[in-house]
Amino acid sequence: MRYGMAIDTRKCVGCSDCVVACQTENNVPIGFCRDWVVEVVDGTYPNVSIELRSERCNHCANSPCVRCCPTGASHFEDGGIVLVEHNKCIGCGACIEACPYDARYSHPDGYVDKCTFCIHRVREGNNPACVSVCPTSCMYFGDLDDQNSKIVNVLKNRKFKSLAPEAGTKPQIFYLV
Amino acid sequence: MKEELFASGRNIPNIDPYLNIWHWQIPIYLFLGGVAAGILFFAGVFTILGKENKMSATVKKAPLLVPFLLIFGLFMLFLDLKHKLFFWQLYTTIRLESPMGWGAWVLMIITPISILWSASYVREVFPNWDWKYDFLKTFEAWLIKYRLWIAWPMAVYAVILGIYTGILLSAFNARPLWNTSILGPLFLVSGMSTAAAVIIMLSKDHKERKIMGRIDLLLIVIELFFIVHLLMGFLAGSEAQINAANLFLGGKFTAPFFTFVVLLGLIFPALLEIFELKGYKVPIYIPAILVLLGGLIFRFLMVEAGQLTRYLY
Repeated sequence: MRYGMAIDTRKCVGCSDCVVACQTENNVPIGFCRDWVVEVVDGTYPNVSIELRSERCNHCANSPCVRCCPTGASHFEDGGIVLVEHNKCIGCGACIEACPYDARYSHPDGYVDKCTFCIHRVREGNNPACVSVCPTSCMYFGDLDDQNSKIVNVLKNRKFKSLAPEAGTKPQIFYLV
Repeated sequence: MKEELFASGRNIPNIDPYLNIWHWQIPIYLFLGGVAAGILFFAGVFTILGKENKMSATVKKAPLLVPFLLIFGLFMLFLDLKHKLFFWQLYTTIRLESPMGWGAWVLMIITPISILWSASYVREVFPNWDWKYDFLKTFEAWLIKYRLWIAWPMAVYAVILGIYTGILLSAFNARPLWNTSILGPLFLVSGMSTAAAVIIMLSKDHKERKIMGRIDLLLIVIELFFIVHLLMGFLAGSEAQINAANLFLGGKFTAPFFTFVVLLGLIFPALLEIFELKGYKVPIYIPAILVLLGGLIFRFLMVEAGQLTRYLY
């Protein structure tokens, strides 16, 4: 089993609903966020293109954050979800330095926090909060090893990219382009 | 034109607009670790060579500082932790993949070694020192007998500690300025050079100063070579690495780097040390203090600049 996410940059309208849903679902403290929307504008009028990306922890298969964690607080859960165990985290910041996506932050309570793919919802068979609220249904979450899953189907039929693949982290979030 | 912005808004403390999660505590710790590693290395090596009486400041006096430097450095690391009360979790796991993990264990080994070493010499440096209890006196006699046995692991662990101060940074693939294997040797050499400067300041023996001055000169030349190597390597690398090098070659850090680290911290003290070797009278404190300040500023600049560099996507 390998959880992953595919996000359609052509369907995303950049409404930031995913960001608010995540903050509400996970009690993210004010001023912080576990996901965010990036808008990339390329060119000048009238030849302009725009790409909207909802970004979060990439739950990398070769995670530099898990590798550098001195206590093992950052670890892989079933399905490759990268998680931080709060009571093992010493707040040294090594994982924040190690993440090429700046997906982690130091929670005001001291430990390091980030996207969990809403593991508490996934275990109950639901989609992560961001996926379930998306008004354009531009996000697909599922098991990349299951050949019948919707995400595998989407990735078979569309061109996609991942972020900074040259960092060697093997990110598990794919952007349909 | 390509413009990238956060459509959802994002202004996380210490991460946006640029990363600044490691503050002043880390460079101070890296500096103290480097000095401590250098002193212990010289003390170990000169003991193994049987020169403890000729090099008394190196082998006997300077190591007395080391436990204080290391403990103060560890305290700096502790200050940097955001989840402080859980610090003991470092020692409930062995994580060989994590540089910080094995750094913590190396410190756990070398700090007691430095304390034992200092304990074996404290009475020689301070003749009025009294251990008070008999068992401490017996223990001291035992330590003195096995000094050579301590010297070997001490020298080896000192090198590991010195390199570790660089590897702590170089292990981060995500920060192109740090992600170079030359950083370990560079920090080791820089640490040894600052240690030599401390020893020169402590020594009252002209011959010992001359030997340490020569060693320091050699280390400074190697360090300059490594810095050229570091920048050359970046310029031959990917765009992210070229951007990293450009922080020091025309960018924000150019002036402080070349003024305080390269000129005042390396080239100028090297020239003064050459003049001294040629027989001119140079106040010994000037090159030594410049080397120490240069080493400290170098670490501050590397830690801050490294956090500005990142992959582009």
